[in-house]
Amino acid sequence: MYRVGVTVGQILVFLLFFAIWEGIVDFFHIKPVILPPPSRIAEVMWEQRALLLTNTWPTFVAISLGFIYAVVTGFVIAVGIAYSRIVRELTYPFLVTAQILPKIAFAPLFLIWFGFGLTPKIVIAALIAFFPVVINTAKGLSSVDSELLQYMDSLGASGWEKFTKISLPWAMPYFFAALKISITLAIVGAVVGEFVAAGEGLGYIINASNISLDTELMFAAIVAMSLLGIVLFLVIVAAERLFVNGVEENGGVQATM
Amino acid sequence: MSKAPHISIKGLSVSFKSRTGTVNALNNISLDIAPGSFFTIVGPSGCGKTTLLKVLSGVLQPSGGEVLFDGVAIDKNKVQGQVGYVFQRSLLLPWRNALDNVMLTMEVARRDMSRADREREARHWLKIAGLEGFEKRFPHELSGGMQQRVSICRALAFRPKVLLMDEPFAALDEITRETLQEELLRLWMQTETTVVFITHSIPEALLLSEQIAVMSARPGRVLERIEVPFPRPREEATRELPEFGAMAGHVRGLLRHREPVAATAQ
Ligand SMILES: Nc1ncnc2c1ncn2[C@@H]1O[C@H](COP(=O)(O)OP(=O)(O)OP(=O)(O)O)[C@@H](O)[C@H]1O
Ligand SMILES: [Mg+2]
Repeated sequence: MYRVGVTVGQILVFLLFFAIWEGIVDFFHIKPVILPPPSRIAEVMWEQRALLLTNTWPTFVAISLGFIYAVVTGFVIAVGIAYSRIVRELTYPFLVTAQILPKIAFAPLFLIWFGFGLTPKIVIAALIAFFPVVINTAKGLSSVDSELLQYMDSLGASGWEKFTKISLPWAMPYFFAALKISITLAIVGAVVGEFVAAGEGLGYIINASNISLDTELMFAAIVAMSLLGIVLFLVIVAAERLFVNGVEENGGVQATM
Repeated sequence: MSKAPHISIKGLSVSFKSRTGTVNALNNISLDIAPGSFFTIVGPSGCGKTTLLKVLSGVLQPSGGEVLFDGVAIDKNKVQGQVGYVFQRSLLLPWRNALDNVMLTMEVARRDMSRADREREARHWLKIAGLEGFEKRFPHELSGGMQQRVSICRALAFRPKVLLMDEPFAALDEITRETLQEELLRLWMQTETTVVFITHSIPEALLLSEQIAVMSARPGRVLERIEVPFPRPREEATRELPEFGAMAGHVRGLLRHREPVAATAQ
């Protein structure tokens, strides 16, 4: 009963937010070019559904590919860091430095390097989504309870068994905490990529409608973008429910753009 | 299943190096543990009992001396898979439920068993430990004593030749402890398992063991090795025997006598 009440309350807060927005726009006669009311944004989304849907696809592709590249390379390097002293000592200072740099500022450079289109978007998305995965997964893998590993040793477990039965599941909460941050960073990366180097995608629509002062379309694209982001985030949460058992979340995350 | 090995410990020393200095945990320990015996170690806290078990299980390299299983020095590969180890902490995998935790040891050390056999065996031990109905619970849904029982089941389930038990019953209530003690003794008498057991309870040591080694405070040495003669089954009546009281008093005296040394050895 309590949970249901809370959920209803949470939905009401959203509705209230949109109602106040609608009311303010109406009351102060704010021009749609400055701030369109939610009702108008919904209308535009419906009118422009074909345009929005066709442009959601390239954005989705850029986010997904960037995210997948980031997760795969991030994971592999994290394993290297956790298991090899040389890899750890060579890469760690670099990672820590790269972590605090504003990587997003390289976006215009990638236009020069990779041209116009899908590639620069994927590269930017992957670049900023990569760091939380490496750092968090490496932290998870190297924080395994050493007595658990000793226990496995006493049973005659192989290195592979220790990795798959102990270290990997141990690091899963850390890994998924990183994925949740990474997916949002990949979205930011893809959109920024579309701002500077694309002729299609929701980021391109946002940018183009900004130039033509079509604020209504811009808001419609932002809402579409947000919905896409929420869906991707929920996919990760669902995967986490599936793969992480019996542990309360314990993975702290460090991330910067 | 083949026989348990004869364990001989010769001049064993272990020291830990840390930033604050070197800790000598064990100093020149020599012991012989006959195959199939029930051998108990008692000693003050911090005297190196856990350290000794870790060396016996092959997970810790001694800094001096050696451990022989049937005359062969144990390097890692030799012992592993022969010893069942109940750690002082329950050390369960938080992402596995009770049943899957018990199956872990069989997955690793008993690859000949089918999955169905492993599961049957695991359920059997959980039932003995009074955990029927809790098979699907995760460790954080179990009490501390229940977790410890799962951990004991896990060690017993793969039927190791040597069982190393580090204060396994310390966290349990009286009744559960007695049940598990009886089960352990039954298992020990039916099989040829050697049990090396650590406890802080002198009556427990006298009721379970064939031999007791009393250790000094750190760095641990063997003060005395005592044969426990009482006939089995040992019951409530055994506790009432005057010899039982005398032996308990003797062990207590050995431990107490050394306490001031423990204080200065820091
Ligand atoms: N990994 C380690 N690093 C440094 N010192 C250690 C380590 N493990 C144990 N020691 C030290 O070695 C000594 C013996 O420890 P051990 O755990 O064997 O004691 P114990 O006899 O099992 O004590 P208790 O009855 O309290 O469990 C202690 O002084 C402890 O501080
Ligand atoms: Mg101990």
